[in-house]
Amino acid sequence: MGWTREQMAERAARELSDGDYVNLGIGVPTLVPNFIDPAIEVTFQSENGMLGVGPYPTEEEVDADLINAGKQTVTALPGASFMNSAESFALIRGGHVDLSILGALEVAENGDLANWSIPGKMVKGMGGAMDLVAGVDRIIVLMDHLAKDGTAKFRKTCELPLTGADVVDMLITDLAVFERKGRGSEMFHLLELAPGVDLEALRSKTEASFIA
Amino acid sequence: MPHILTNSADALDGLLFDGMTIVAGGFGLCGIPENLIEALRHSNVRDLTVISNNAGVDEFGLGLLLQTRQIRKMISSYVGENKEFARQYLAGELELEFNPQGTLAERIRAGGAGIPAFYTKTGVGTSVADGKEERVFNGERYLMETGLFADLALVKAWKADRKGNLLFRKTARNFNPIAATAAKITVVEVEELVEVGTIDPDQVHTPGIYVDRILTGQSFEKPIEQRTVRAGV
Repeated sequence: MGWTREQMAERAARELSDGDYVNLGIGVPTLVPNFIDPAIEVTFQSENGMLGVGPYPTEEEVDADLINAGKQTVTALPGASFMNSAESFALIRGGHVDLSILGALEVAENGDLANWSIPGKMVKGMGGAMDLVAGVDRIIVLMDHLAKDGTAKFRKTCELPLTGADVVDMLITDLAVFERKGRGSEMFHLLELAPGVDLEALRSKTEASFIA
Repeated sequence: MPHILTNSADALDGLLFDGMTIVAGGFGLCGIPENLIEALRHSNVRDLTVISNNAGVDEFGLGLLLQTRQIRKMISSYVGENKEFARQYLAGELELEFNPQGTLAERIRAGGAGIPAFYTKTGVGTSVADGKEERVFNGERYLMETGLFADLALVKAWKADRKGNLLFRKTARNFNPIAATAAKITVVEVEELVEVGTIDPDQVHTPGIYVDRILTGQSFEKPIEQRTVRAGV
């Protein structure tokens, strides 16, 4: 029942349009490039200072000076460019990046996102996530519908510290796809159910209100 | 003209004092001033405030200075790769100021450009906004963030000429060009020192005016944190 991680990434890839500049978070979002329609051209940005991120290198191509924001070795496609960190975030904060696809710990029904901190437990930092959600035109979240302990991650309000308030435009989980048409008071609409998932089952696993 | 030095201890000689603030370039272990960090460790300077996007890993980069308890406070955006960091922070032994990465980069850029503060949307409605002035421009909420300026900048560049003009390589550029602008004294370690005139002025990433000392003739370990590869063709 439900979608696999690959199917979630494939669903997110369908949201990309020709000419888009896209930033991908770590985790499931890194699978998205595997599913892009070959007929469209999308440019990936990595916030450590690169536009035009290519696939992982071969052993021979590995270069310690060429990594993505997840610190993974990558390659640069023809037409790529490098920039310093201030300029890289000027792209993000200035609204020049079209789309960001991120993971999450919690999403609230009003579009709030929590994905960076578990107080007293996880001391990692927000990295570029707060800048991305504040500056990028459209934010898509990919996450499991339930936490490992079975609690709902799509909630009335986020309990964990926020990454951004009123920032999520689309939510893709292993059970369903939700979207809202704008920010502010807009609610999420249910767009699709994963195979084998009915509305009643979805509601029982969702704390947030949404329009079905 | 910057001083050219070939020994990492000499490159920092006379610049260090307990309680000082240091801004360092690098993202993860990519483009970090690894030889200058090693020299800091051997100097035994203490109570440092370090402005750096990351804190290295346990066994390399700024992680080495955490082992020796030389760092009192970090201003960073992400330290998830460093277990010792988490341990010291949760035990209350280390101060930590998390900044969103773009805010951190812009604070360094602003500090180096003589801009004391600026407004950004990043962090509005989150704990990052606590205690900060908020203003509305064109109907949107913004936070005031302040510029950062350090006593000393430690930078890693690919090439320098003898006038201090710098070239960086690929994503090893990251925070290095802005760090170079945001301190009273800037020391740069380079893989290659070239003669004046060999770097095309149109290609210079950082003009030599920011650079006080150049460390050359060092070896670079350049560890890779996540070695991800695809099958060869």
